[in-house]
Amino acid sequence: MLALSLKNLTKTYKNGVQALKGIDLEVEEGDFFALLGPNGAGKTTAIGIVTSLVNKSVGQVEVFGHDADTALEAAKSCIGLVPQEINFNQFESVETIVVNQAGFYGVPRKLARERAERYLKQLQLWDKRRAVARSLSGGMKRRLMIARALMHEPRMLILDEPTAGVDIEIRRSMWEFLRDINDRGTTIILTTHYLEEAENLCRHVAIIDHGRIIERDRMSNVIRKLQTEIFVFNLRSAVATAPVLPGYAVKLTDDRTFEIEVDREQNLNDIFAQLSAQGMEVLSMRNKVNRLEDFFMKLVEGSAAASATAAPTAATEPGRSGRCPVNH
Amino acid sequence: MTTAPRPPLDLGATRRVGFRTILIREFGRIMRIWGQTVLPPAVTATLYFIIFGSLIGRRIGEMGGFDYMQYIAPGLIMMSVITNSYGNVVSSFFGAKFSKHIEELMVSPLPSWLIVIGYICGGVLRGLIVGAVVTAVALFFTRLSVHHVLIILSSVILTATVFSLGGFINAIYARNFDQISWFPTYILAPLTYLGGVFYSVSLLPAWAEKLSYANPILYMVNAFRYGFLGSSDVPIGVAYAIMLAFAAVLFTVAVMLLNRGVGIRE
Ligand SMILES: Nc1ncnc2c1ncn2[C@@H]1O[C@H](COP(=O)(O)OP(=O)(O)O)[C@@H](O)[C@H]1O
Ligand SMILES: [Mg+2]
Repeated sequence: MLALSLKNLTKTYKNGVQALKGIDLEVEEGDFFALLGPNGAGKTTAIGIVTSLVNKSVGQVEVFGHDADTALEAAKSCIGLVPQEINFNQFESVETIVVNQAGFYGVPRKLARERAERYLKQLQLWDKRRAVARSLSGGMKRRLMIARALMHEPRMLILDEPTAGVDIEIRRSMWEFLRDINDRGTTIILTTHYLEEAENLCRHVAIIDHGRIIERDRMSNVIRKLQTEIFVFNLRSAVATAPVLPGYAVKLTDDRTFEIEVDREQNLNDIFAQLSAQGMEVLSMRNKVNRLEDFFMKLVEGSAAASATAAPTAATEPGRSGRCPVNH
Repeated sequence: MTTAPRPPLDLGATRRVGFRTILIREFGRIMRIWGQTVLPPAVTATLYFIIFGSLIGRRIGEMGGFDYMQYIAPGLIMMSVITNSYGNVVSSFFGAKFSKHIEELMVSPLPSWLIVIGYICGGVLRGLIVGAVVTAVALFFTRLSVHHVLIILSSVILTATVFSLGGFINAIYARNFDQISWFPTYILAPLTYLGGVFYSVSLLPAWAEKLSYANPILYMVNAFRYGFLGSSDVPIGVAYAIMLAFAAVLFTVAVMLLNRGVGIRE
């Protein structure tokens, strides 16, 4: 089943900014999904439309098969939101905030108190349950918003940049926690501008930039694409078939041009040696433009400014199988 | 994947629990900041009773055939109900907008009309609490007869509903704190003072009396006073028609505005 389906989602703000330019997106139930993009890409706008905090201009939203236009209450019941910015009443106590939120979703008070104990303990906030929210540290406030979003045990948890501005220790323990929630069946969508975060947590990723989805794939494929380069070779004379180069993926595009996909670590001498051996004369060679690359350069620059942790990591196999400890 | 089987969504139950939660939260707010919500009207009422009731009232003698203190007591109670029901919703809802915790309700499955009713009931609750406190203060100074208990209760609840809705709509449009004090200061307070709280409009010159009948608060104060004294400057039926009409129109407007997300959702 699809946890989330967006069709042609478009948003133009009153000031004329076109934040979303027709987004199509599908997220499977049970997935751990990253919406990855630099600041201003449209992530929060998209999440806002899904959670009724922003009015859409055009398009369709379905949550677990409930159309948000015709079955809004059912659609909303399935979602728990951890927003990008703090939005609880700073003058209420931690426990009041989570228990009331459960009530807004119809969880009876007694059950809500039991859950409050469970989730506040899991998020190391139980000692603070009587504290006024204003007095919490930044990391605690974020965790409070996670606890609050879980109180009605939503089928889908949406987190908008949950670890922005949170120190590395807390970030890791949040990751652990989210994995655990996901393992128990909750679909998770998170937005981030840290590639590292998406890589460590998520199975699928959509990359959003300037209000458009520019890539939607398994995380591992995206990482692979980032680690390879495609070179375009032009030959002096026409050939009938692509050269045979063991260990390389070769594609003939016309009778004088072919493309080779090369791992960034591999050297190119080998290729030239083999081409010479096969009597092919290379006239010129160029890099094929990689649209992901531009994007990631921007992403890396952006988050280098923010925290210097976002460089693509080379060796970790991401996704479920690759839940190895973070190595940087 | 081990998703526990989910019971089908029970909208009725969700709404019931949700409504109760809004009310609990509003009540919690009134009590948490009782120094701003319950105490000031008690102090103000005491001053009014001392000055207008005991000091000046003794010289005035009778108003509309009643001891002046008895005459103004219902008016003063109603005045505090009006100010406090309005004030409760306008500051609670504007505060929720300002600090963004209104989003807690907006992401929840509760429909707009229920959110409006929740806030309005919060305002009515504050009106009733304050009304009870001011009544208690009044009983220190005078004796209140009860002519029609049902009229007392229904008119105070209807009036509190109307002004809670007014506060709600004000909060929806307000962009800053100035804009939540503008209406109460420049419109609501004058209308209340000129709404027959302190005097019977029959004492006014003809033109002023006529003008007073255009003031909806006059009808509310008089209906309420009728419940105590059995006498009124206006027909009680008309007073109820006006209160009901205001409540219905303002409720429709409030729900429509919230549905559209005016002032909240881009
Ligand atoms: N309330 C708003 N009014 C006008 N423009 C907005 C508003 N919110 C966001 N935008 C603009 O929409 C674009 C997308 O913003 P946002 O969705 O917040 O991106 P992200 O979450 O990916 O950083 C940005 O250009 C931003 O300036
Ligand atoms: Mg954002």
